[in-house]
Amino acid sequence: MTPIPDSVFWSATLALGLGTFLIRFSFLGLIGGRPMPGWAMRLLRYVPTAVLPALVAPLIAWPAAAGGQIDPARLAGAAAALMVGAFSGRMLGAVVAGMGALYAAQALMG
Amino acid sequence: MRTRGAFVEGVAAGAPFLLVILPFGALFGVVATEAGLDLMQTFALTSLVIAGASQFALVQMLSDGAPAALAVLTALAVNLRMAMYSASLTPHLGKAPLWVRALAAYFLVDQAYAAAIARYSRRPDEPLPRKIAFYFGVLLPVVPVWFLGTLAGATLGARIPPEYALDFAVPITFVAIVAPMLRSLPNLAAAFVASAAALALAWAPYGSGLLLASAAGMGAGAAVELALERRRPAPEAQDERRNAA
Repeated sequence: MTPIPDSVFWSATLALGLGTFLIRFSFLGLIGGRPMPGWAMRLLRYVPTAVLPALVAPLIAWPAAAGGQIDPARLAGAAAALMVGAFSGRMLGAVVAGMGALYAAQALMG
Repeated sequence: MRTRGAFVEGVAAGAPFLLVILPFGALFGVVATEAGLDLMQTFALTSLVIAGASQFALVQMLSDGAPAALAVLTALAVNLRMAMYSASLTPHLGKAPLWVRALAAYFLVDQAYAAAIARYSRRPDEPLPRKIAFYFGVLLPVVPVWFLGTLAGATLGARIPPEYALDFAVPITFVAIVAPMLRSLPNLAAAFVASAAALALAWAPYGSGLLLASAAGMGAGAAVELALERRRPAPEAQDERRNAA
């Protein structure tokens, strides 16, 4: 790691802050109260169940903390969170089960 | 005040996130400090961007000596999913005053989106002021805790021992958010196709694989929904057909 020069840091941070705001504001800001077409709504219903799994699948399969290799303990944690979340419908229970299974698996595998 | 109840329900919906946001924020504070950022820089980054994954990406790339423009573009690609959140919330919050929409957009984090869309899907006809109150209620335990966690990590500066595997708090949280939604065939299809595509596209430049895989998942969900409707038409659809005949 090399130190980040101040000018580089501030220009990058301001650009990322502004760009991120524009992404978030895009549809909320431009479209306002106009209704969305039906096909768009049909696709948008599946935003959460598509984007979050796409984001998370590589993080689970090849976690950076395990050097980008498949890690059985982290797979067990993710599987526990998935099962508990899907069957109980409770988010927090799924987090606790997932981290609990991960710690248990790490302890078992030493 | 008739919106107070919705605000309190929002706070209750946001509160569980606190348990993962605090350590995640602290982890970012530690990482940023180790990369040589001072307290003010760390706080500026975390409060101007409020998107953990992209903040990690930016700090990682800048301290690897990557060009600033490339680091910013990569971090923005990580955040592009939020355009989809923005679009998905628009049917519910689109009629709010501009300044409310701007404020809601500034704080549109994953957790706020997940909690809000779950509520709006359950109660699509709830009045706008209550939808707004719920949204900002969710933010109350989420955003300040993200700031506090970052500051704590940056000031304590202490390494969080790797055996706590806090790196995995983030993926676990995302799984925990999605799992309760996987109770219909279209949602299962969306999640399965999106994960499989994301794994298959892991070679693609960071962010682009995510976008393609998300689009594939959304398409799969919509296609399965359409197929199910065709096989078993909804009552309104049957009426329309009868009228047309």
